[in-house]
Amino acid sequence: MQTIKDVFKNNIRQYGMFIALIVISIFFQILTDGILLLPQNVTNLVLQNSYVLILAIGMTLCILSGGNIDLSVGSVSAFIGAIAGTLIINMKMDVGLTIFICLLIGIAIGIWQGFWIAYLRIPAFIVTLAGMLMFRGLTIAMLKGLTLSPFPEEFQRISTGFIPDVFGGFGTKLNITALVVGAIISIIYVILQFKKRAEQKKYNFEVIAMPLFIAKIVLVLAGINLFAYWLAAYKGLPIIFVLIGILVLVYSFFTTKTVPGRYIYAMGGNEKAARLSGINTNKVLFFTYVNMAFLAAVAGIVFAARLNAASPQAGINFELDAIAACFIGGASAYGGVGTVSGAIIGALVMGVLNNGMSIMGVGSDMQMIIKGFVLLMAVAFDVLSKNRARV
Amino acid sequence: MRNITKLFPGVKALDNVNLKVRKGEIHALVGENGAGKSTLMNVLSGVYPYGTYSGSIFFEGKECIFKGIKDSEKTGIVIIHQELALVPSLSIGENIFLGNERAKRWLINWNQTHMQAAELMKRVGLRESPATLVKDIGVGKQQLVEIAKALAKNVKLLILDEPTAALNEKESENLLNLLLELKKEGITCILISHKLNEVLKVADSITILRDGRVVETLDRHKDDVSEDRIIKGMVGRELTNRFPERTRKIGEVIFEVRNWNVYHPLIEGRKVIKDVSIKVRKGEIVGIYGLMGSGRTEFAMSVFGKSYGKHISGQIIKNGRELVLNSVRQAIENGLAYVTEDRKSAGLILIDDIKRNISLASLNNISKNLVVDENREIYVAEEYRRKLNIKCSSVLQKTGNLSGGNQQKVLLSKWIFAKPDILILDEPTRGIDVGAKYEIYKIINNLAEEGKAVILISSELPEILGMCDRVYVMNEGRIVGELDREEASQESIMKCIMQSIKEVV
Repeated sequence: MQTIKDVFKNNIRQYGMFIALIVISIFFQILTDGILLLPQNVTNLVLQNSYVLILAIGMTLCILSGGNIDLSVGSVSAFIGAIAGTLIINMKMDVGLTIFICLLIGIAIGIWQGFWIAYLRIPAFIVTLAGMLMFRGLTIAMLKGLTLSPFPEEFQRISTGFIPDVFGGFGTKLNITALVVGAIISIIYVILQFKKRAEQKKYNFEVIAMPLFIAKIVLVLAGINLFAYWLAAYKGLPIIFVLIGILVLVYSFFTTKTVPGRYIYAMGGNEKAARLSGINTNKVLFFTYVNMAFLAAVAGIVFAARLNAASPQAGINFELDAIAACFIGGASAYGGVGTVSGAIIGALVMGVLNNGMSIMGVGSDMQMIIKGFVLLMAVAFDVLSKNRARV
Repeated sequence: MRNITKLFPGVKALDNVNLKVRKGEIHALVGENGAGKSTLMNVLSGVYPYGTYSGSIFFEGKECIFKGIKDSEKTGIVIIHQELALVPSLSIGENIFLGNERAKRWLINWNQTHMQAAELMKRVGLRESPATLVKDIGVGKQQLVEIAKALAKNVKLLILDEPTAALNEKESENLLNLLLELKKEGITCILISHKLNEVLKVADSITILRDGRVVETLDRHKDDVSEDRIIKGMVGRELTNRFPERTRKIGEVIFEVRNWNVYHPLIEGRKVIKDVSIKVRKGEIVGIYGLMGSGRTEFAMSVFGKSYGKHISGQIIKNGRELVLNSVRQAIENGLAYVTEDRKSAGLILIDDIKRNISLASLNNISKNLVVDENREIYVAEEYRRKLNIKCSSVLQKTGNLSGGNQQKVLLSKWIFAKPDILILDEPTRGIDVGAKYEIYKIINNLAEEGKAVILISSELPEILGMCDRVYVMNEGRIVGELDREEASQESIMKCIMQSIKEVV
C-alpha cells in the first residue's frame, strides 16, 4: 500500500504547478477583496483565456514531438477569423457551413506547414515564422486593413452563449443544468476511479491505501461540484466551457493512453530510437502540425466570436501566450516531457495573473514584466529541481 | 589518494579508497560498471571539487585542493572522458588549444596555434592538417586530438577513461603504443579499461575496484597477473567459463539475404555494401565479424526496413518466401528485430522509464483500438525484469539512470517482447562489464535454444569465437569469408581479412 508520503513524493512535480495556481488565486483573491473568485469573474476569466487554452493544447503536442514550437498560430487564428468574417458578414453564408469551411482551411494550412516541417525537415521555427508573416499578410489583404463587424448573434454565441437551463431553476437563482452536469461528471469520475483500482488489484499492483483513495475522490468531487455551483450562481454553463472541456479530455486521453500519443512522446524523447522501433516519425511530426493548425482555426473562430469582429490585428502574440503556458505547465524545451493538463494549468496561471492584476488596476507594462518573470521562474524551478534530482 | 570516500544520495560510491600511482608508470584501473572507477577519477581531476568527498589527494608530495578542473589541469592532471570533449565544427588546431588559446590578451595568434598544433600532432602520430575540422576525422583520430590537447596543457598525469571503447583493433593498438611512447617521455598515465588484454599489454600496475573498494593492486613485474585473476578480483568469484554453454538444436534455414547492395545515403555513387549474401538457420547463432567501418552496421540497418542507405537492391527471403521490407514497421511485423550498437542515442529513450521503453516497439500487442493497456504494460515489464534480471528500483525507473549492462537488458527486452524470429544484435556487449556480459550471453543462448535465429555482429574476436556456430567475416562492405565453428579461430579470421585486402590491392 502506498502511503501519503509516497503519493506526494511521486507526484510533487505534477502537482507543483497546480498548487502554485491555487496559491496565486488565493493571493489575488485577497488583494482584489474577493472579486477574483466571484462567480461572474471566474466565468469571465475562462472566457478571456479560451483561445490560449485551445492553442496550448496543440502547442503541447508540438513541443512534445521534439521541442518544436509553432509561431504561426496567432496569424493563422487571425486569418481564419478574417475568412469567417468575409463569409458570414460580407457573403451572408450560413454559420454552420462557414465554421466547417474554416476548420477545413485550418487543416489545409496544417498540411502546408507540416509538409515542409515533417517531410522536408525545414526547422519548424523557420517554417512557422514564415507562416506567421504570410498569414498575417493574407489576413490584412483579405480584410483590406479594416475590421469587419458585427457577426450575427448565432455566431457570437460560440463564445458568449450559455447552455440553456432546461430545469428552469426551481425558483432559485441557480442554474440547475450546471449543477446536474457537475453531478454527472462526478459520478463518471467515481466509477472510473473504482474501475481503475479494481484493475490494478487484478494485476496485483500496489494501490494507494483506501482512506487516502477516498480522500482523493472526495477532494476531486468537492472541486468539480464547487466549480459547478460557481457557474450555476452566475449564468450557468458557457458553451465554450463545454468545448474546451471536451478538447482537454480528448487530448489528454489521446496523449496519455493511446498508441499514437505514445509515439509523440517517444519521438520527442529520442527520434532515432523511435524510428528504429518502427515509428514513422515523419508522419507523427506531420500530424502534430496539422493538428496545431486545426486548433488554431478553432481558436480563431472562438476569438472572432468573442470579439464580435474580424480584425486584422487579432491574434497578435497568441503564439507566445500558448508557448508560455506549455512551459509554465512543465513541458521540456527538448521535447518528450509535458502534459496537456499541465499546459492548461499553465494557461490558467497566466490567466489569473492577467485578470487579477487587471482588477487591481496594474498597468499593462507592469503586467508584462510580472508575467515574463513568472515564466522564467517556473522553468528555472523545473530545471533546477531536475538537476538536484540527478546529483 | 588516501582514504577517499564519496557519497551520493543513498549510495556510497567510494569507500575508503587508497590509490598510489608511481611516476612514469601506466596504471590500469579495472572493475565492473558501477565499481567506482569513473567516480574516483572525477575526484582526482577536480570534477567533484574539494569538500564534496572526504580523504586527501597528494600529487608529487603536495596535498591538492582542487576546486575544479582548471585547478587540476594547472597541476598537470588531465582527464580524457569516454565521451570526447571536442567541438566537431572547429578545426583540430582550435580544439587542441580550446580553453588554452595561444593568444595575446584577447587576440588569438593563429600562426602559433597552427605551428604548435602541428608539432603536437606529430608527437601523437596524427597525420592531418591542423585546419581539418574535427567532425571530418574518425573517432580514432579524435582520440589522438584529445591526447594532443592534454599534451598542450603540459600534462604530467594523464587519465584515460575507456579510450578504446569506440576504436577498432588497429586504432586501439596505435593508441596503446602511443601511451607507451608517452611513458618514455615521463608522462604518468591512469588507464580505465574493460578490455583486459589491452590492460595486460601496457599496464605496469593494475588496481582492481569492486563496489567502491580497492580489491587489490597488482604489479605486473612482480605478481603473477592473468586475465582470470583480474576477472576474479572484479566479480569476486571465479568465472570458469566466460561464455555459457548451450545445447545446439539447429534447424532449417529460416532467413536469407541474397546479393545485397547498398549505396551511401549522402555520397552519390559510393557503394557501402557490395553483393552480400548470408543465411541463418533456426536456433543458430551466426556471427558477423568486422571492424568498425566494415559495413556490418550499415548492412544490418539496411536489411532492417531500409533504415540506412539508398538504391538498395537484393533479396530478403524468410521461410522460403521473399519479403519486401520498406519500413521498420514492416520489418518488425515480419519477425525481424535489430538491436542497435548505440543504445544511448539510437536504442533507448533515456528520459522515459523502463516499461515504456520495453513496450515501444510492440505497443500494438498491449493495446486495444489504439488505447494502451497500461496495467498490462507494467505487467509485461515486470516479467522481463525478472526474466532478464534487470537491476532497478522499479520498472518506473528512468532508463537513463541505469548502468550500461542493465540498459542493454532493457533494450533486449524491448526486442524480445516484439516476438521476432530473427534477431540482429549489433555489438550487444559494448561497454559492458564482464559479469553483465556473461548474463547477456546467457540471454542470447536462451533465444537460440527457443529456436530463434540470431545474427551477432561484433568486433570482439573472443566473443565471436565463443558464441557463434558460424562466422561471416566482413571487410570493406563485402563478405570475405565464411567459417564454421570448427574452422573459426583468430588466425583463420584474420587471414580472411588480410587476403581480401591483398585482393583489392
